[in-house]
Amino acid sequence: MSVESTQSKLTANTPMPPERLLDVKQLKKYFPIRKGFFKSVVGQVRSVDGVTFHLNQGETLGLVGESGCGKTTTSRCLLRAINPTSGEIRYRQADGQLVDVTKLASDELRPLRREMQMIFQDPFASLNPRMNLLDLVGEPLLVNGVANRKERSDRVADLLRLVGLRPEYMRRFPHAFSGGQRQRIVIARALALNPRLVVADEPVSALDVSVQAQVLNLLLDLQEQLKLTYLFVAHDLSVVRHISDRVAVMYVGRIVEMSPTDELFLAPKHPYTAALLSAVPVADPRIRSKMQPLEGDVPSPSNPPSGCHFHPRCPFATELCRQQAPDLEEVQPNHFVACHRQAELSLLGVSEPT
Amino acid sequence: MTNQPLLEVRDLQTVFELDEGTVKAVDGVSFDVYPGRVLGIVGESGCGKSVTIKSVLRLIEEPGRIANGAIRFRSKILGNSSAEMVDLVQLPAKSAQLRALRGNEIALIPQEPMAAFSPVHTIGNQLMEVIQLHQPVSNEEAKKIAVNRLKEVGVPNPEGAMDRYSWELSGGLRQRAMIGMALTCDPLLLIADEPTTAIDVTTQAQVLSLLRKLQQEHQTSIIFITHDLGVIAQLADDVVVMYLGKVMESGPVDQIFHNPQHPYTRALLRSIPTVHTKNRSRLPTISGSIPHPFQKRSGCPFVARCQEALPQQKCANQAPVLKAINEHQSVSCFLHQGGGNVS
Amino acid sequence: MTSQTTLSSEARENVKDEAFDVAPNWKLVWWRFKKHRLALVSAFVLFGIILIALFPDFFSIQDPNKSSARESFMPPQGISFFHDGSFQVHVKPLKGKRNPTTLKMEWGVDKKRILPLRFFTSGYEYEVFGLFKTDLHLFGIEKPSARNSFHLLGTDRLGRDQWSRLMHGTRVSLSIGLVAVGLSIFLGILLGGISGYYGGWPDLVIQRLIEILQSLPPIPIWMALTAALPRDWTVEQTYFAITLILSLLGWTTLGREVRGRFLSLREEDFVMAAKLSGCSQSRIIFRHMLPTFTSHIIATSTLAIPVMIINETFLSFLGLGLRPPAISWGVLLQEAQNLQSIALAPWLLLPGLAVIFTVLALNILGDGLRDAADPYS
Repeated sequence: MSVESTQSKLTANTPMPPERLLDVKQLKKYFPIRKGFFKSVVGQVRSVDGVTFHLNQGETLGLVGESGCGKTTTSRCLLRAINPTSGEIRYRQADGQLVDVTKLASDELRPLRREMQMIFQDPFASLNPRMNLLDLVGEPLLVNGVANRKERSDRVADLLRLVGLRPEYMRRFPHAFSGGQRQRIVIARALALNPRLVVADEPVSALDVSVQAQVLNLLLDLQEQLKLTYLFVAHDLSVVRHISDRVAVMYVGRIVEMSPTDELFLAPKHPYTAALLSAVPVADPRIRSKMQPLEGDVPSPSNPPSGCHFHPRCPFATELCRQQAPDLEEVQPNHFVACHRQAELSLLGVSEPT
Repeated sequence: MTNQPLLEVRDLQTVFELDEGTVKAVDGVSFDVYPGRVLGIVGESGCGKSVTIKSVLRLIEEPGRIANGAIRFRSKILGNSSAEMVDLVQLPAKSAQLRALRGNEIALIPQEPMAAFSPVHTIGNQLMEVIQLHQPVSNEEAKKIAVNRLKEVGVPNPEGAMDRYSWELSGGLRQRAMIGMALTCDPLLLIADEPTTAIDVTTQAQVLSLLRKLQQEHQTSIIFITHDLGVIAQLADDVVVMYLGKVMESGPVDQIFHNPQHPYTRALLRSIPTVHTKNRSRLPTISGSIPHPFQKRSGCPFVARCQEALPQQKCANQAPVLKAINEHQSVSCFLHQGGGNVS
Repeated sequence: MTSQTTLSSEARENVKDEAFDVAPNWKLVWWRFKKHRLALVSAFVLFGIILIALFPDFFSIQDPNKSSARESFMPPQGISFFHDGSFQVHVKPLKGKRNPTTLKMEWGVDKKRILPLRFFTSGYEYEVFGLFKTDLHLFGIEKPSARNSFHLLGTDRLGRDQWSRLMHGTRVSLSIGLVAVGLSIFLGILLGGISGYYGGWPDLVIQRLIEILQSLPPIPIWMALTAALPRDWTVEQTYFAITLILSLLGWTTLGREVRGRFLSLREEDFVMAAKLSGCSQSRIIFRHMLPTFTSHIIATSTLAIPVMIINETFLSFLGLGLRPPAISWGVLLQEAQNLQSIALAPWLLLPGLAVIFTVLALNILGDGLRDAADPYS
């Protein structure tokens, strides 16, 4: 019933506020579990289970959660790298037209893919080792109609310079580069077609600590220079705090809290967010956390708990939490929480450095 | 730290002879582990932290070998008196003494507990096997010890968990069971090789608090290896910072985090984002990337990326050695050797 | 040895600086392959065998089908290098004498004469690929006759020169192996690719087909199929039929492998990245997916050729594959099928050595290629 009430509010024709680039409503992705000789479906993995959020033009939304929470699946659904089971992804194209990404046929996706690009987690896996930089970074140009080789190599040189690599490297193959440099190549390729939305799936978590900051700074610079909008998927809260304007926290296929970054870190309203924040080891031996760590494990999305998915681990759970899933509600301007008891709880965020 | 160290590593050098050339994975590393304290070894990929502990466990295999140095361990089994230390480097590989040492006095918690447990035996069987390998007890007793261990590491329903297989347990429970197994023989030294890298942050918090609790109860010494400065800050008493096979700086955790002396430590601490970082600010970065281990180099390994390198190429031509700058802290940097103390 | 290794590692260091960075995949594979000495030797041996398969007549000393009742079961003639203290490559002629009690021909060396061996000599006339006629041969004796004959590996029951027959058998056996593997690769990549890339019901159908094919016991099936070939087919027709039968049953392993590769590659980030860049399906398959495992396909097929060669040999040996007048290793070995001829003329087993050498060389080469195939590991 909660789902119905939310859905009735958003028919496809409702206008989208002008600052919005992307509006995701009730996005679901279920993976069937097949068994036996005839591969009959015996269950569903509810990887993404009714996710609603939006992206404003030029901002960074951090999508955080632990493994299996559905953050990567969500991000791939946005680009139709995988097809969502149901839901709505409305996107404002460069010409101002609104399209529902979920409704497009696969051949209609091509123009859209120029506008949406992706940066992958593992820079060793996301670059074809058999292509040199010119072919790698130039490929999006080639397949989108830049046939002139000279034109292409000029553009690739520009892109390499943009991400802080020397254009002379163009003839080199990925094996000549370190992890951080490779991630720059990946970024250059993603930017080749002047996208407006970049989905970054854990772009720094495979990199060494001393290189992470370089890539994060590069992403921030590029955003200002090129007016990019980022969806930044990560499990590392420190990185998310650093780069995001707003943060959405996912738990077992659902968003439990979404708010401006500082608000979320300083005054979380969902018990899971608070627990997550307290679990991050602080790089200061003088602040050794005294909080009791969260009990239990993240449940499997193939068999999630009833009601609020977090209730078995929640210190504040009540009978209501066990029976009914809370809606994601806007409790303060721009602060969305899915918790029955959010009004009564006062939770601790991270303490501000002194 | 008035008492004597449990483990003394001196000038350890472990090399790998590959077709592409000789790689000095560990190049003159020295540190001490004191009884009842946690030593954190922190460093990025290629810094040699894993090879260091593999050397301590004498698990280096071809084409690698320990080329130089001493690993002195105050063993109760092998030493004649408590004052005597046994140099593990001198023990023959695959000797009975080494085997007795590993598991009994030195235990390992691996990064990936899934790979460390056999998938075809129950957790209980494997625990009991380890117990009976090192202690002459009956099946009944071994089972009782195993259940107690599982209870101690916080496995819910330990009797039930005894009959489960490792792949039936969640990542967190598996790591707990692994810790339980490592503790079966009350080791003097516990070596943890990035035990929380493969698990989620809430589970990591559970494992860290469990390790801290056990360490305090048993007064075990721990060597904890990680690339995560946060984990080090939360768990370690002493810290060794490594870069490209060498120790850059070592000292008590508070000194390392609040009074770092080596330019690498300083730069590293500045460059990591924390949950306290100001939103959308630019982080100070360390320029360049970690050099390839095949590259031959003289001088300080960090020189190419160092912002405080001395003029006239001194840092590039000459390698600084690790020297104590005060009672607890040692630094391998010319800024502190003759150049006067910079702080 | 040690100095060599250090030298090569220094070379690698220098290579790393410049060439390594811009080296495409095949170069990395070649660099690694070069280090595998035995495989390199095998490659040279195989190159020689392939030359023989291309120009068997050039390497022959006599028309392989020319029979002579008077020369049956002549033993191999060794080559000598010195005569009367001076260097001269020659063979000693054989002289036959019929044993009056057993009526068996007994061959002995005629010590009085020598037959000088000539290189690039002229012999019987043959056609090269139907393009031109020549009578040039690698080696031979001048003016062979019944009295002055040269049979390096002896003769068979009908007095045919075994060396020349072996050269021609190489062409047939090797080409059956290559063509059959080629067809298998085609079928394997096509069906495995469809199965792995598209999934769904085509995958289901192809997988069941592979399972059925693999569950058939191969020997009876080959025997049944080849026995079913009409007896009146020409040599060429049988040849192609055998090749087809071998490859129709042989593609399944490769098909499975290709399917597995496609399945895992489909999930790879760089394939996803190509898809998101707007690459067409054919570009994704041919530019991104196939090149990542061509080297593996080459290695796998190198290892599959010997199996095909053995299969052909085996079938022909049983008399179910190629039949005389076709010449293949299997047909040659058929001559050595009964105990009598082995006791009488053990040299008829020599084609078996050719099979062993070729198969070994191919296996070693395949191993070397497989090890070198993934320079990124």
